[in-house]
Formats: sequence, structure tokens, C-alpha cells
Amino acid sequence: MAGLVIRHVAKSFGRVSVIEDLSIDIASGEFVVFLGPSGCGKSTLLRMIAGLEELSAGDITIDGKRVDQLAPGQRGVAMVFQHYALYPHMNVRDNMAFGLKNIGMPRTEIDTKITEAARILEMGHLLERKPAQLSGGQRQRVAIGRAIVKSPKAFLFDEPLSNLDAALRARTRIELARLHHQMKATMIFVTHDQVEAMTLATRIAVMNQGRIEQFATPLEIYRKPATRFVAGFVGAPAMNFQPVKAVTSEGGNAVVELGAGVRIATRIPSAQLSASGKYEMGVRAEHVTAGEGAPAKADVVEHLGDRTLVHARLADGATFVYEDRGDSSVKIGDTVQLSVKSEFVHLFDVEGRAFHAQ
Amino acid sequence: MATTSTVEPDTGAVERRPAVARDADAVGRRTILNGLFVLPYFLIFLLLVALPLGLGIWLSFQDYDMLGGYGGSVGFENYQKLWTDKIFLGAVRNTIMFVLISVPAFVILGLALALALNNAYKSSAILRSIFFGSSVLSVTIVTLIWRLVYMPDRGLLSNMAGSVGMTAPNFMTDQTLALPGIAIVTVWWIIGLPMMLFLAALQQIPAEVYEAAALDNASRTRTLLSITLPAIRRTILLVALIEVILQFQLFGQANLITNGGPNNASRPIVMFIYEAGFRDWMLGYAAAASQVLFLLMLLASVLQMWAGRQKQEA
Repeated sequence: MAGLVIRHVAKSFGRVSVIEDLSIDIASGEFVVFLGPSGCGKSTLLRMIAGLEELSAGDITIDGKRVDQLAPGQRGVAMVFQHYALYPHMNVRDNMAFGLKNIGMPRTEIDTKITEAARILEMGHLLERKPAQLSGGQRQRVAIGRAIVKSPKAFLFDEPLSNLDAALRARTRIELARLHHQMKATMIFVTHDQVEAMTLATRIAVMNQGRIEQFATPLEIYRKPATRFVAGFVGAPAMNFQPVKAVTSEGGNAVVELGAGVRIATRIPSAQLSASGKYEMGVRAEHVTAGEGAPAKADVVEHLGDRTLVHARLADGATFVYEDRGDSSVKIGDTVQLSVKSEFVHLFDVEGRAFHAQ
Repeated sequence: MATTSTVEPDTGAVERRPAVARDADAVGRRTILNGLFVLPYFLIFLLLVALPLGLGIWLSFQDYDMLGGYGGSVGFENYQKLWTDKIFLGAVRNTIMFVLISVPAFVILGLALALALNNAYKSSAILRSIFFGSSVLSVTIVTLIWRLVYMPDRGLLSNMAGSVGMTAPNFMTDQTLALPGIAIVTVWWIIGLPMMLFLAALQQIPAEVYEAAALDNASRTRTLLSITLPAIRRTILLVALIEVILQFQLFGQANLITNGGPNNASRPIVMFIYEAGFRDWMLGYAAAASQVLFLLMLLASVLQMWAGRQKQEA
């Protein structure tokens, strides 16, 4: 398996620039997820790696070989499409054999590869069926099998789970994780679903408006989001954001003042911040606790079984979502006292740059 | 819509509720009155298709001369006469030959045009309109244009060939070229429909499938043969079927360009029927020739559908 290097890649469609200048290094054997909202350029980037879109600038190297000028079939990558893209008139075996026949692989070798892929994906009984005779999950399996038999340098997945129902999506996700572990293959996976990204990736590239906002491990992205966009995009419920009225310093750490006289101590070194700068505070729901602190009125209560999300409004109208126990007795209209865990408070400046506790 | 089921109070026990029964006049129940919806079409079908077909078959067994009057039933005599009528046999041969020339041309050229114009370029949109545009012209206009092209000595073809020192083929007076000449006119005239049908079929093929093929190292020819053609197989069959039925009915072009000549070389069956019925007024004889044409078309269509099904099963 091979590493993949993308250098100063740009892509525009006519006058519309989708990706301006993007670079990323993907190590061999990594499972990298491009995560971002619709239109952020993640699929375009994947398609450029596959050779389905031409680059407007930059270069792409796979395993040390520049590939961006090569035809899709010659780049040594295999792609699993969102809508499976199986050949409808061919049975499963022929679907998997098609690419191998095209490169003149001997019949016996093709058969061996298909048998092996069918064994890995447990779909030996489907080989003689046509795609129309398969369920959505089975089709996705065939599409993955078609990629496996090619023994590619990198697997590319373009939102492959978005057409499956919730239960099947969860199951396929686990299978993909297992497959990656078994094959130790370089895999690049595009999705807008953060659960897929968090559970599958060794590293996530969070994308926004054609840029990579952060490229890091799932936990780092969750705990130390590099920008306000990443902080807001990753995590459910979304991080609580509140405008900061003033930043002061106590013991070298910043203390932020919100509306209604609420003061929150942080562990963010105040030396990193400028006293005159405008900031926004962010804190995740699980880091807001009820007990002592600023009084707030419960607006909405969402029971999720294992936990309860309470949307509470402070006196100045600012809303915080906090996480309570699954059997929480809080009801709409109840008054709760909120406080935040200072080590988990983040600050974001006007450019969206994040500051975290040290 | 009323139902007989009632909502029982929730007692905690699982209750078996009766299946929902419908009122007698509920929507979805099959009644004879539903037939009213198809009645208008059915009446028109009877009046304009079934009745003329039956009358035609009956007429083909009669001696019915518009000038000489009704001579009673003659059994298979009309058919026996057709079997020995050299002009009719020639017309059958000509018609089959015309179908054999024109139908493959419609399928191949229609597909080629559709493949070439199946993209989002503005020029392709204009060309699609142009190629389809000729289909709206009447046969009179089309044949007039092509007479100007084919005209010996002074026609466009003759002038063009002359300007480079060559002699143009004479489609109007050469016995072997008359039918191909009419086939060219016909293809030029109505290539738009097959092209549009193929375009519609091509646009149904998801782009992802082609992208998968590109990643599978498929060449253009391989993609055409292994992806495109199998995907539009039904449309190919449909176009061939439509064109067989249409081209067996060749009449206007042959009548107006060559008038069936030279030496009956381009006289099709419909023209023979027209002449037997409305020039010689032998309606029984013309009806018998019509039945032969009907059987030929039926046979060709059945054969084609059978062949299509065989290929599908293979």
C-alpha cells in the first residue's frame, strides 16, 4: 500500500473556484476521511485523485509516482461510488472481473481474486446474480468487492453509506473498519456524516469552502478543534457558542465575561489573547454541568435514553445546551444553575482561530 | 370511505381486529363500470382498426371491381394471381430490400448521431435540433429537395461531381441505384426520431457507470460494447421495430422521386396496392396485396422481438 501526496491542488469550474490551494499528505495504510458540509469540495478532491476531474493546478503523487496526468484506470486506485455504479447487465462475478479483464489478467488469476474477495466479504452465494437481484447493502458489498479485486494502491470511497438505511449503515461501517484493519490498505473516504468520520478515520480532514480546516486524529479534532468551523461542525449536539464581552486575566489564565454578568474562568493562557480582541466562547454540552452557577430556565428537554439534552436560557437570553443523566427529572420551565468545566472552554477569535486550555 | 372496523379501548391485551372491509362502491373495487374508462378508445379501435382489418381480409377474398361491380366471392383467387404477378413479386422484393437497406442505416446512424451529440455543448443542442428538424417536413418538400439533388445533369450531386471531374451516380434512372437513392432520402428525412430515442436512452445511463468503467481501464470501444450497447438494448430493438413497420410502408418518396421506376426497380408494395386499388379499381386484388404486406410486417416484427428476447436470455 502506498502513500498519497497532494500538493497545491486547485480546481475551478469555469469562473467558480471550488478548491484554491490545497495540500495534504496521506501516509501509507491510513484511513483518511474528508469530512465537510455539501459543496465544501470534498467529493471534487476525491474525484481529482481518481482522475475523474482534471486539476486546474497542482499535482498528485501516489507511491512516489505523479499520477495527475494519467487516465483514471492507470492511477492504481479503486473507487466505491455513492450509487454503487455496478454494471447492471453483468452478474456480480463479471462486475468484479471487468476491470481485471481489461488489463489482460489471466482467467485463473481473476477467478482466484474474485473467490478471495467473495470470501472476505462473505458474498460467495451472490456471484451469479445481477445487481437488480441484490439489496442495497449487497450491492454496496459488490462495489467494495470490485475495488478489492484490483488490489489498488488506494481505495477511494465517495459517500458509500449514504444510500443505506441507518441499521445497515452502522453494520457496513463496522465492516469497513474491519476491512481496513485486515487489508492495511490506504483508504480515503468522503462523507458529511461525522459519526462515520469519527469511527472510521485514523485521521480526519475537515473541509470547508475548498480548504482543509484541520487534519488530525478524530479525538484531537473533537477535543482541540483548530477553528470555529471545526468546533461547530464536529460533535452532536453542536458546541455551545457565546459572544464574549470582555477578557481579563487571573493567574495567567483568561477569564471571560458573558452577558448578564456571567464570568467564566478558563485554562487558556491569557498571554495568547489580546485584551482588545473580540472573542467567542465555545463549550460542549457534556462540559456544561447543572448544580451551582448561573441560573437558567429549561426551554427544551430531549431524552435520548442514555443521556438527556437540556436547552436552557440564561437571564440575558443566551442559550446553553447541557448534558444530563438519562433519567434526568428536569422539565421544561424548571430553573437550573449552570456552570462550565474551565479546562474544556475554548475561545475563538474573529478569524475563527481557536485557543484551548493548556 | 367508511370501514367496519372500530377502535377498541386499550385494555393492554393484544386484540385481533377484523380486516378492513370496503364498501361496495369503494374506490379500487373492480366493477363492470370501470370499463367505461376504456370504452371511448375501444370504440375507436373497433371502428378504425378492427373493422377495416376485418373488412380488408373479407375483401381480399372477393372479386370487387369498382368499375365492373361486385363479382362475388372468389376464394383464394386474388392471392393466386398475386403469386404469379411479376410486378407484385418485384414490389415485395423491392420493399424487403428497402427495409434491409434503411433499417440498419436508421439504427446505426441514429445511434452514431446520438452518441456524438450526447453532451451539454451548445453546438450539440443546435445540431440535435437541425437533425430532428427535417422530420417535420412533408414528403412532398423532402422529395422536391432531393430531386434537385439527384437530378441528372443539372442536380447538385451532378454539379459537385462535375466540378471535380467525376460523374455522379444517377439515383433516379439507374435500376440498381433507385432503391438506395430513396433509402438515402428517407434516412435524411426521418433520422431525427431514432436519434432522439437513442439520446433519451443514453441519458438514462448514470454517469457513475462510465466513471466506474474509466477506473476499470475500459477503452472507448470496450465501454461502447460492454456498457452502452447492453444498456440501450431495448431502445435498439424499439427503433428497429418502429423502422421496420414504417419502412415496409414506403410510398410517398418512391412515388414522387422515381414513380416506381426505372422499370419497376423501386416500386414498393404500398404503391402496388395504391395502383391496383385506385388506378385499376380492383379493390379485392388490392386488399389481398394489403394482407400480404400485413403478414410480412407481422412476421418481421415477431422475428425481431423473438431475436431480441433470445439475446436477452443469453
